[in-house]
Amino acid sequence: MKIVVCLKQVPAKDSLLRVEAAGGWVRDSELSYEINEPDAFALEEGLRLKEKHGGEVVVACAGPARAAAAIREAMAKGADRGILVEDDAFIRADSFSTARALAAGLGGEAFDLILTGLQSDDLGFAQTGVSLAHLLGLPHATIIMQVEAQEGGLRVKRELEAGWFQHVEMPLPALLTIQSGINKVRYATLMGIKKAKTKELKRLTLAELGVTLAPRQTIRRVYVPQKTKRTELMEGTPKEAAAKLVEKLKFEARVL
Amino acid sequence: MSVLVVMEQQEGAWHKLSWEALAAGLELGRALGEPVAAAVVGEALDALETELAAQAVERVLSLRHPLLAAYTPDGYTTALEALIRETKAAWVVLPHTYQVRDFAPKLATALDCGLIPDVIGLRVEGGAPVFVRQLFQGKLNADVVFEGPPPYLVSVQAGAFRADQLQPGASPAPVERPAVALESKQIRTRPLERFQEAKRTVDLASAAIIVSVGRGIKGPENLPMMEELARALGAELGASRPVCDSGWLPLERQVGSSGQTVAPKLYLAIGISGAIQHLVGMKGSRTVAAINKDPTAPIFEVADYGIVGDLFEIVPALTAALKSSS
Ligand SMILES: Cc1cc2nc3c(=O)[nH]c(=O)nc-3n(C[C@H](O)[C@H](O)[C@H](O)COP(=O)(O)OP(=O)(O)OC[C@H]3O[C@@H](n4cnc5c(N)ncnc54)[C@H](O)[C@@H]3O)c2cc1C
Ligand SMILES: Nc1ncnc2c1ncn2[C@@H]1O[C@H](COP(=O)(O)O)[C@@H](O)[C@H]1O
Repeated sequence: MKIVVCLKQVPAKDSLLRVEAAGGWVRDSELSYEINEPDAFALEEGLRLKEKHGGEVVVACAGPARAAAAIREAMAKGADRGILVEDDAFIRADSFSTARALAAGLGGEAFDLILTGLQSDDLGFAQTGVSLAHLLGLPHATIIMQVEAQEGGLRVKRELEAGWFQHVEMPLPALLTIQSGINKVRYATLMGIKKAKTKELKRLTLAELGVTLAPRQTIRRVYVPQKTKRTELMEGTPKEAAAKLVEKLKFEARVL
Repeated sequence: MSVLVVMEQQEGAWHKLSWEALAAGLELGRALGEPVAAAVVGEALDALETELAAQAVERVLSLRHPLLAAYTPDGYTTALEALIRETKAAWVVLPHTYQVRDFAPKLATALDCGLIPDVIGLRVEGGAPVFVRQLFQGKLNADVVFEGPPPYLVSVQAGAFRADQLQPGASPAPVERPAVALESKQIRTRPLERFQEAKRTVDLASAAIIVSVGRGIKGPENLPMMEELARALGAELGASRPVCDSGWLPLERQVGSSGQTVAPKLYLAIGISGAIQHLVGMKGSRTVAAINKDPTAPIFEVADYGIVGDLFEIVPALTAALKSSS
């Protein structure tokens, strides 16, 4: 199986986010970065499918130069090669632009399966994968918790709301958006990290691909949400705060 | 420049978020001074059409076809793309459900237009709507505007628009059933039965007190500390998704959009950031208390009481305080 995994590099989960003076985005240079959480699960699923059925795992990413680190990390875990469509615009681009850039970056090469995460932790559009599927003319299914190859294609388990699921059968080639928790992700080995350095990473620019970005939506301003609810905070040492909370729950909220 | 609200139904029952999308669509229509139509997609829709026609909409557009009886992204996209092109609807409002997440980005791409997803607010500035949505899992908000020509697609987040304030229309709206051109070969995926996993052994929905733990507890080795607190409170243990994904607690203890919906008299969230998918599962709790080291964590948006600090110091202190006060 020839598999593409789309992965995005996003600010690390514990990042202290501070809005830049102009209010257009967060102060990017202060952050550390990691692979978007569901994308790490998508990568793991791709690697497992390759181990089972043979083939190749190619990692595709649109992002600034620093995103190469995410691709190398994926290679250290076992991805065979990488494609980076490099441009700072992807830090906060709309999924319309990103999907078009990724489609161009794949360069008409034929793949059996494309995996993406279901949603990015920073922009959270939940669109890029499905949009890419349409651009490439592929059937798709989203929020996937299980992938099995079967005669004539795939059988996948789609997560629905409130603890419900559904199996969907589909032909290949296809695109799936993967939900966190589908598998248990592996760690990179020292050997893997060493090998990753020698694997092929193709860097492409938008100019080389002949793509001009035409966003369909733009972020005008980013800000800390105004709180509408007043939370009563218990101050003091842990012991004092704990005692106050028990008091409140007993005598004010009367829930104990 | 009319507004079209796409309602969601499943086997003849509305998805309740549809009404919030309708409320958002009507608000947008009022702000822009444009008429609002509502669409429903499926096969046997008579009762739903009548119910929808009672709302204050200009007309009901009912897309009926045997191939739309079961949801597929190909079927829904084909039918809705044609409807949006024919009606020239400029603003298309949808509920941000799992199903909408599955087809709306495809619909937008087919229409070569933008989709602003998961919107929590809107206002009109200089004749153009500005939409508010969350970034970084609720830690920041963004004002977002559309670019390029219409149509413009918007999906709305649960809890952001008031369905309880919908007023019926003066007279029933006309129901139209535009012809749907759809062939089975256009539908490439085959959906099978919907199912639930093995029966649950814990019923969080009936628990009076829930101590719910998130990724902040770091690892399963810290669960005994949380269990001790739960015992001191006579509480059931709940969890956020990553805790169940990592196998620290079984899936049946997950609270949220893909887990259980709970409404205890006390919900104590420990090391949970408060992403919307978690909040929808516990917002109905009578009293919410949260322990988190980050004072800006979105969980404090729903918490009545909070302690900002290190949970590994606070939880044992809380257990001790409970034991000594009883
Ligand atoms: C389609 C979909 C469905 C989903 N369904 C669900 C669902 O049903 N339920 C659900 O919960 N999530 C669900 N999610 C995931 C959701 O978006 C969040 O990713 C998840 O809820 C985050 O879990 P968390 O708060 O435990 O982790 P994090 O967001 O990582 O938060 C951890 C928190 O712990 C705090 N913390 C860390 N260390 C300490 C310490 N020492 N002391 C005190 N505080 C500390 C941090 O400040 C942080 O706020 C879903 C997502 C999607 C896209
Ligand atoms: N810049 C990017 N480069 C590579 N993949 C991306 C990029 N942005 C989004 N994706 C993929 O699309 C998924 C959904 O992202 P989003 O539409 O932003 O929520 C992510 O989980 C990634 O798999």
